[in-house]
Order: sequence, then C-alpha cells, then structure tokens
Amino acid sequence: MDYFLTEEQVMIRDLARQIAEEKIVPVRAELDETGEFPWDIMKTLAQSDLFGLFIPEEYGGLGKGSLELAIAVEELSRACLGVSTTYAANALGTYPLLLFGSDEQKKKFLPDIASGKRLVAFGLTEANAGSDAGGTQTVARLEGNEYVINGTKQWITNGGAAEVYTIIAITDRCKGPRGASAFVVEKGTPGFTFGKKENKMGIRASATTELIFDNCRVPKENLIGKEGMGFVVAMKTLDNSRTGVGSQGVGVAQGAFDEAVKFARQRVQFGHPVITFQAVQHMLADMATSIEAARSLVYAVSRLVDSGAKDVSKESAMAKVFATDVAMKVTTDAVQVMGGSGYMKEYPVEKMMRDAKILQIYEGTNQIQRNVIGQAIIKEAARNNK
Amino acid sequence: MKIVICVKQVPDTAEVRINPETNTLIRDGVPSIINPFDMHAIEAGLQIREAAGGEVTAITMGPPQAEQVLRESLSMGVDKAVLVSDRLFAGSDTWATAYTLYKAIEHIGADIILCGKQAIDGDTAQVGPEIAEFFDMPHISYIRKIVDVSRERIVVQRLMDDGFDVVESKLPVLLTVVRELNVPRLPSLKGKMAAKKAEIVKISAADLKVDEQDLGLKGSPTQVLNIFAPDPKGNRKMLQGGPEEMVSQLVSELLESKCI
Repeated sequence: MDYFLTEEQVMIRDLARQIAEEKIVPVRAELDETGEFPWDIMKTLAQSDLFGLFIPEEYGGLGKGSLELAIAVEELSRACLGVSTTYAANALGTYPLLLFGSDEQKKKFLPDIASGKRLVAFGLTEANAGSDAGGTQTVARLEGNEYVINGTKQWITNGGAAEVYTIIAITDRCKGPRGASAFVVEKGTPGFTFGKKENKMGIRASATTELIFDNCRVPKENLIGKEGMGFVVAMKTLDNSRTGVGSQGVGVAQGAFDEAVKFARQRVQFGHPVITFQAVQHMLADMATSIEAARSLVYAVSRLVDSGAKDVSKESAMAKVFATDVAMKVTTDAVQVMGGSGYMKEYPVEKMMRDAKILQIYEGTNQIQRNVIGQAIIKEAARNNK
Repeated sequence: MKIVICVKQVPDTAEVRINPETNTLIRDGVPSIINPFDMHAIEAGLQIREAAGGEVTAITMGPPQAEQVLRESLSMGVDKAVLVSDRLFAGSDTWATAYTLYKAIEHIGADIILCGKQAIDGDTAQVGPEIAEFFDMPHISYIRKIVDVSRERIVVQRLMDDGFDVVESKLPVLLTVVRELNVPRLPSLKGKMAAKKAEIVKISAADLKVDEQDLGLKGSPTQVLNIFAPDPKGNRKMLQGGPEEMVSQLVSELLESKCI
C-alpha cells in the first residue's frame, strides 16, 4: 500500500532495505546460532548515517523523526529482529538525553551517538522491578559533587556493547515514584561492570546483560533532568520508543509473510502449488491484512509523535500492542503455511517466530500496554462527563 | 592528489541478450546499474583519498540518463561527477570511447585514473588501458591490492593466473581493478541526500575541442560484424598427484576412452 512517503523517507527505506538484504540476510542464521554481537552490521549502519536519523542536525544527525526511525527499523526487522533490536535499543537509550538532557550533555554525547561511534543502552529493569518500575532498588546517593550508584540492572539490551548508559536509580526512597532520577553513565567508570550475557530464546544477535553498580561514582553533571524526574524520563522515553517496537513487529511479520508466500508458490501438493488452495490463501489474506493494518497504525502514531503531540501514551501503546500481537500471529502462521519446512532451521521463519515473542514482552508487556490504554480511556471518559 | 574514476552504466544482468539482426545489446526492460567492477574502482578511489588526501571525480560517457550512475557514485562519497555526453559520441567503439574519455580527463587532470577491469556488457577490458596509451602514461591492470600510495608513486599487486605480481609505478598512472581488491561501501544517507542536489558537470564534444572525425561511429576503426555465443568447450578433467601418478592416470583414461 502507498503511504505517500516523502522522497527522503523512500531514500531511507531503500537504504535500510539494501543493508538488510546485502549485509543482514546472509549472516542472520549464523548470528542466531552463535549469539555473536553484530559489530560489522553496526559499522555499516554507522557509515550509512542511520544512527543519526532521529538526532537533530546541530548534533551531527539528520534531524528526522519517529516515522523515519520506524521506517528504518521496519526494514531491518524484516531481515533480523536481533539486529534491529540492537539498533532500536540504541534509540531507546538516547531518548532520555534527547528529551531531557542539558545542552552540555547533548553536546557531549549526541554527536558520537549520531555517528555510530558509541552505542547506547537504557537501564530500567531490575530483578524486582519489571512491569512495576516502582520496585526499583538501584540507588544513587549524592556525596559532594558526585552521585554514588549501587544496585543491579537486569536484561539490559546492548549491555557490554554500549559505551553510554542511561539508567534510572532512586535518589530519595521516601518520595515513592517521585524519588527516582535518571543518570548517564559511561562504560569504564570505576565500579560499573557487566554480568554474564544472557542465553535467549530469540533475538540472539542482540546482547543482553546485567549492569552492576558497586559504589560507582559519577559526576553530579551526569544527572539527566532534575532529581525526582526519573520516572517521567522513563515514561516519556517509552512513549517515544514504543512505536519503534511496533515497527519491529510490522517488519518481522512482513519478513515472515514474504517467506510464506514464496514457499507456497513453490511447494506442490496434490499436483498444485499450495498457494492455489483456499485454506492457504485465506491464511495469507489474513496475514497480509493484519500487517497492513499494523503498519497503518504504526505510521499514523509515528506521525502523531512527530507532530509534537503532548501526550501519546495511549496511541503509542496501541501501536505497540497491536503490531506486536500481529507479529506473533503472523510469524506463527508463516511457520504453519510452510509446515515441516517452516519448523526447520533451513528456513528463516522458525527464527522469526522465536524472535517475535520478545516484542510482546519487552518495553512494557502487552498486558501493561493494555493497562496504559485502559487508564487513558478512564481519564478521557471522566473528562468528557465533567 | 586528483583521482578520476571511470564508471559505466550497464544493464543489470549477467546474461545480456543480443539482437541477432543488429548485433547490439537488448537493453529494453533491463534496469541499469553501475558496472560492478567500477564499484570496486570507486571504493579504491575513496580509500586512496582517505589515506593520501585529494579529490575524487567520477566520470562517465553515455546518454543523459547515465547521470544516474554518477549520482550513485556521489552518494558513496565521490566529490565531483562529470557526464561526457553528446550525440556525436554515439556508436563509439573502445578506441573512440577511450579517446573521448582521454580528452575529457585531460580537461579535469588526474594523478591516478581508476577503471573496473572490464564492463559486464561489452567485456572488452580495453578502454582503461587505451586511455593510458592516449595519455602516454603507465597502466597496471587487474589490481587486487594497493600496497602503498604516495603523491609520487604507487605499489600494487596485479592478479595473475598463478598468483600475483608486485608492481611499482610513478604517478600519474591508470589502474584497472578486480573484485578481490575491496568490498564497495554502501551509500550513506547524507551522501544520498547530497547526491540528489549535486550539480553534475557536463562535457560535450564542443568542450573537448577535437575533430569530429575522431568521435563516435566515424572515429571508430572497428566494426562489429557478428556477435554469437561460442559453442561450449568439451569436458575437461584436471588430474591430481605427482607426475608418475598423473601419467598413469592419463594413460588409463586414454585407454578407457579408446583413444589409444
């Protein structure tokens, strides 16, 4: 379907697609098998300026928005969600600096992020703080001109690989959710180390580790925004990044669908290619329809975010929950259309199905997204009945 | 340092079909790309610039639509692009093409000229070396590695059937390159955006101040009489092992096939 993209958006799509086809597709099975971090691909993305897509021009980026990022993420996700997770998590980690960073912080960090010289990671989740971010136990205590950080972040994408980390820690436990603050911590800071690399079901090319802070001292200037703004930073960051997860869903679903169609045209049973059978056609029709619906929603919400809309929590949650549920359904159905072949590692759809599952879990489970949507509905209804 | 890269627009297919009546390539319906070997020449030019400094110019001779390959070259990071285009150039053979490009490059100036080893449509591998001959400058073909380059000299490895030669030359020099040389980079977004707006320098026959008799069909000493696919060669088998082993294998093969 034609989404009336601008000439530049088409350029971004074509370049991301070229990288996906030439650099990612040939190695994705191996990356999945070995769990090796895709450094070569990150280098290609850096050379192609894709890391700077959403970063303002004054910091060396291209000054584009959520829609352009969604388009690039979708194309990379068609080929490999492990790679696109690494790329998208970089944006996730950058948003706290972009949205709440001081001029000095932006000048210091954004140019290297835009050029792809330094990768970024976002650290919110902990062993006892997943869906309930209020359970955060990592603390940052102000001592003179330094914050002393203690605690452990869990399942952090790009952990170890990234050079820059934006994390949430409690600065005042008495204040509850208003007692959290956001910090930027650089790799190599004494007292900051990484736990083991997790062995995951899918997105195996992406690195997932613990971040361990043991009396890690960072200068006071590393506080992002003001003390107590940590959860606001985290929530606004997630509001911006959720459409990116939605576009990952659209991408992996499209990738699986393309494989299923190709296979169904070639596979002959009862003397005919299986695509001629209505049972298969109906599955493909539902897959294609739901992908287009998901893409429409993701693009529409991305445009809403780019318009500067003040509150996009509900809409971005809708884009994430719908597109990622579509991704799980479509990748599962792609395996089904391809039957035994789909289940085998010779074909990419079993990997896509394993990869897709994380989309319903990370950056807020789809149940939490529904909570966000539900709360917004209650608020709107109350406002309308005043 | 001035680096000039000769690029050619070719049909995107390894199996070019030929019109048997006109003996020319059938280009209809086939998308056009930069000749793949020229992509390696572009990458080499950019790497030389990164190592030794200088300016990289991509040049192509062709119809107006050949501008597309120049914009692609620009998106990869080439500094300038020159389109050599004129109706008078139509029908050029390798001699006339090389002569025209020589005149155009003379216009720009070059310390190093890079070409792909051949174009995938015509496969002659002649235009590069012929340009060098017109300039009366050294040329080294089939470069697989650039060992060292400075403002005065260059050391390269030339691919041979049984290994490679190490060749040193003074500048200016013309090099033709093979795939083994490098992996061409992908374009960058900033490069693509800049390439869209970039001005392409256009050179016509009048700009070259040459005799029309030396251009296009008139300036082409060769004429294509016939193009055909040669019959496939017979099967062959490579024997392995020491001389004695191979001789006994050969004798038994010959006996088996009743040749002796």
